[in-house]
Amino acid sequence: MKIAIASGKGGTGKTSVAVNLALSLRDSVQILDCDADEPNVHTLLPLTQDQIQPVFTMVPEFDETKCTRSKNCSAFCPTHAIFVSDQGITFFPEICIGCGGCILSCPSQAIQEGQRQLGVLHQGMTAPGIEVVYGELDVGEPFVVPVIKAVKDQAKNSEGTVVLVDCPPGVSCPMVESVHGVDYCLLVTEPTPFGLHDLRLAVDTVRQLNIPIGVIVNRAGIGDQQVFTYCASEDIPILLEIPHSREIAELFSEGIPFTQRMPDWQSKFRELFQVIQEGIRK
Amino acid sequence: MNTKICVTAQGPTLEAPVDDRFGRCANFIFVDSDTLEFEAIPNPGAMASGGAGIQAAQFIVDHKAKIVLTGHVGPNAYNALNAGGVEVYTGTSGTVRNAINQFQSSQLTKTSSPTAPAHTGTGRGRGRGRGGGRGRW
Ligand code: SF4
Repeated sequence: MKIAIASGKGGTGKTSVAVNLALSLRDSVQILDCDADEPNVHTLLPLTQDQIQPVFTMVPEFDETKCTRSKNCSAFCPTHAIFVSDQGITFFPEICIGCGGCILSCPSQAIQEGQRQLGVLHQGMTAPGIEVVYGELDVGEPFVVPVIKAVKDQAKNSEGTVVLVDCPPGVSCPMVESVHGVDYCLLVTEPTPFGLHDLRLAVDTVRQLNIPIGVIVNRAGIGDQQVFTYCASEDIPILLEIPHSREIAELFSEGIPFTQRMPDWQSKFRELFQVIQEGIRK
Repeated sequence: MNTKICVTAQGPTLEAPVDDRFGRCANFIFVDSDTLEFEAIPNPGAMASGGAGIQAAQFIVDHKAKIVLTGHVGPNAYNALNAGGVEVYTGTSGTVRNAINQFQSSQLTKTSSPTAPAHTGTGRGRGRGRGGGRGRW
C-alpha cells in the first residue's frame, strides 16, 4: 500500500507526519522522501547504513566526425539545447530534457545515447527498522523529476509493506510525479487562510489523479475555521488534528518525532492508518 | 566583402527601435553592411518557453550573419553565438539605423561575456528562492 503525504506549500509538517506515522506503524514501513531539493526525513530518522548510487539522465553524445551539419537535431530539439554552426556543435546539457528525439532526427547517426549524473540516491535502514530512501540533487541541477522517479522506483511492492511517500511541496511536476500511482493521499495543512489557499490547489491536483484524499490539520488551534468548512463542503475527511503545542514544537526543533515522547499519539496515528485503509477499500 | 549584420528590433524597418531583448526580440533585421539593404524577419522564438537565446543564435547563424547588435545577451546565447563565430555588440540604443551607424563608426565595443543573468526556461519556481521561471531575454 502506498500513501503520499503532500501539501500545497512547504513547512506544514508533512515530514513530521510521515515520520510519526511510520514510527507508529513500525513494521514493514518504508519512507520514500521525494523532496530531492531538501530531503529531511533522514535528519529525523538517520540511516544506520547508507547505500549510495548515482542517478543519471539520458543526454545525447555527438560524434563531430560524422556530423554533416543537417542541423536536424537543433531544429527538432523542443528545448533548443543544441546549437549547430559550421564551426561545430554546442550542446547545453542543463536544458536537455533527455527526450532522445535528436538521436532519431540525425540523418548520419552522429548522435548516441550518453548519460549525465543528476544526483544520488541514498537508501538504508534506520534504527527503528524503517527503511528510508531519498534522493539528493546535485547543486545547481534543474531537473528534479528523474531523481524523484529513481526514489519511487525503490518502492517495495510486497503486499504487507506500507510505503509512505513524503512529497515535495507545491503542486507542480515534482509533486505530481511523487503522488502519481499511490493508493491514498494525505494532505497536511494549517487552519489559516494561506493554508486553505494551498490546500485547495493540492486538492484540485490530487483529484485529477483520481486518488482518495484525507486531510491532516497541523497546528490546530491557530487561525480560523475556513479549512474545516471547506473540507466539509467538499466532503473531504479530516483524519487528524495535531494541536499547536509548545511541546511538539520543541521536540521537533530537537529533531525528535513527537510520538516518541508522547506515546498516546502512536495509537492516534494507528487509528488514522485504519481509516485510510478503509478509505482505500471504499 | 559585405558583412551581414543582425540587429534585434521592435519593428520591421531600419527606423524601428532596437529591441533590448536578444532571444525574445520581436524582429531580426539582417542588414548588408555596405548597401544597407535589409531583410526583416519576425523572431520565430519570441514566444518560446525556453531556450529562446539558443534558438535565436541558431537562426542568426543559419542566416549567415556575422555580427549581432542588441541590448543584452544571456550566457547560453552568448556561448552559442561565440561558438558560431558571431561577434556580439550589446548596449545598442536608438533605431536600427542608429545602431548600424554606431557600429560602423566603431562606437560600440565587442562583448566578451554575457550581459544578462542566466535563466533556464524550464520553470521550476518552488518558492524557495531557487526557481527558474521565464526570463525576459
Ligand atoms: S534529447 Fe531531446 S531535449 Fe535533449 S538535446 Fe536531444 S532533442 Fe533536445
